[in-house]
Amino acid sequence: MTEPEMRRDAPAIDVNELHKYFGDNEVLKGIDFHVNNGEVVCVVGPSGSGKSTLLRCVNLLEQPTSGTIFVEGVEITDPDINVDKVRSKIGMVFQQFNLFPHLSVMRNLTIAQQRVKKRGKEESVDIARRNLAKVGLAEKEDAFPAHLSGGQMQRVAIARALSMEPDMMLFDEPTSALDPELVGDVLGVMKELAHEGMTMMVVTHEMGFAREVGDKLVFMDGGVILEEGDPAAVLADPQHERTRSFLSKVL
Amino acid sequence: MAMSPRKRAQVSRGVQYGIMLLIVVVLLVVADWELILSQFLDTEILLDLMPEIFTTALKNTLLYTAAAFTFGLIVGLLLALMRLSSVGPYRWLATGVIEFFRGVPALVVFIAFQFGLPIAFGVVMPGGILGTVTVALGLVGAAYMAETIRAGIQAVPKGQMEAARSLGMSHSRAMISIVVPQAFRIVLPPLTNELILLTKDSSLVYLLGLSAASAELTKFGRDALNETVNMTPLIGVAFCYLLITVPLSIAVRRMEARAEKAR
Ligand SMILES: Nc1ncnc2c1ncn2[C@@H]1O[C@H](COP(=O)(O)OP(=O)(O)O)[C@@H](O)[C@H]1O
Ligand SMILES: [Mg+2]
Repeated sequence: MTEPEMRRDAPAIDVNELHKYFGDNEVLKGIDFHVNNGEVVCVVGPSGSGKSTLLRCVNLLEQPTSGTIFVEGVEITDPDINVDKVRSKIGMVFQQFNLFPHLSVMRNLTIAQQRVKKRGKEESVDIARRNLAKVGLAEKEDAFPAHLSGGQMQRVAIARALSMEPDMMLFDEPTSALDPELVGDVLGVMKELAHEGMTMMVVTHEMGFAREVGDKLVFMDGGVILEEGDPAAVLADPQHERTRSFLSKVL
Repeated sequence: MAMSPRKRAQVSRGVQYGIMLLIVVVLLVVADWELILSQFLDTEILLDLMPEIFTTALKNTLLYTAAAFTFGLIVGLLLALMRLSSVGPYRWLATGVIEFFRGVPALVVFIAFQFGLPIAFGVVMPGGILGTVTVALGLVGAAYMAETIRAGIQAVPKGQMEAARSLGMSHSRAMISIVVPQAFRIVLPPLTNELILLTKDSSLVYLLGLSAASAELTKFGRDALNETVNMTPLIGVAFCYLLITVPLSIAVRRMEARAEKAR
């Protein structure tokens, strides 16, 4: 097994000619996709177009069928790579939050710090508190996930990912499972992260967020990237008929 | 005269209660109470059983059961993880062990460990009676618990493993810290039921030829029964078993009710 030597000066995410099959079903049909350091790239497109699959390939929750993926200069599609090490540098936020329900909020934030990063108790608790404060939930450290609202759970999930001090964050429809009135809190936290210079790949239906925060918008349909570019430009003047019809439905 | 369905149900229930009451009354009148009491609840014999029925028999039953359950739980967890492994031989081995110990009566397993092992391999189980009970009864329990635990692990949402992996945990670390603890919560009620079954199955150690000091409830009751030629010791023993199993049953029902409410 090779230890990945990740470099901050290399592109954060560099996906080339990516194909992914589930059985006979070709879900990604040759994707080229790039995220530079400090960039916020939003991925939009109809349900089933392969957005989640692309995002999950970037931290190898799905195994690509062919093609290469480089993360900070390291080829993670190399079968010999230490996947756990790479993943600890990539924060991931899920639509369904996936907090650990048997652990307190504090423990949710410290367990991987201690088990993976081998941080001591005090250091990990300090880092956890800092990140809880950042998402506005400092007072919830002793609560259990079941006692939080959806918006609070998602903010805890973001704080959990941040506590590993990742180089980049992947978001898979982070606000789609939330009641409308709770969406703003989560988007606010993500906006703040973007302003701090975090590299982010965000699958979302929040076009307002994409326009305001995104550096690039990528439109996917049927397993291919149909168009990409400056969010305001793509939203104002989509080139493809399919992009137009999708945008007319979500805007 | 037409009755509403509700009224008819009421009448029908009333008739049923009446019949039950009648049966009880007849039994009370017909029964020879003096004989029953002297045969089943002789106070003198009952007092004679004290304190050994608690200090030896109940204690040994608890000890054998606890040891076998603990051993079975550990082996059961291992078998469950092997059953879910991506490595073929692990899966096949676990399946074989589980099917064997589920399919063979506990009695036969006991005999095999006590008498078969020395003949086949020239070895005796270490740890004497406690050692043999722990392993023989433990393996029987493990075979059942393995399937329960496996189902529990599979009932933990896939997103839990994914979240743990995305934080950089290895597969086994994620299993140990995230998935298995949640699985145990799910299967706590069936595991407790298994504990109840093991409590009763621990009576099979009589096969091992127990001394007075190592006798558990059933052996103790049988000896006393032979001595007194009276059913009272068995009543005492039954009471002791219920002392263990009824609280466990109540605990199971509570857990199930709580799980039901949480859904
Ligand atoms: N684990 C899986 N097994 C089989 N098919 C899958 C799996 N995950 C996703 N798919 C299929 O891949 C396609 C793309 O899914 P997904 O990437 O989730 O799309 P999106 O996130 O854009 O809605 C869908 O047709 C879906 O049914
Ligand atoms: Mg999706």
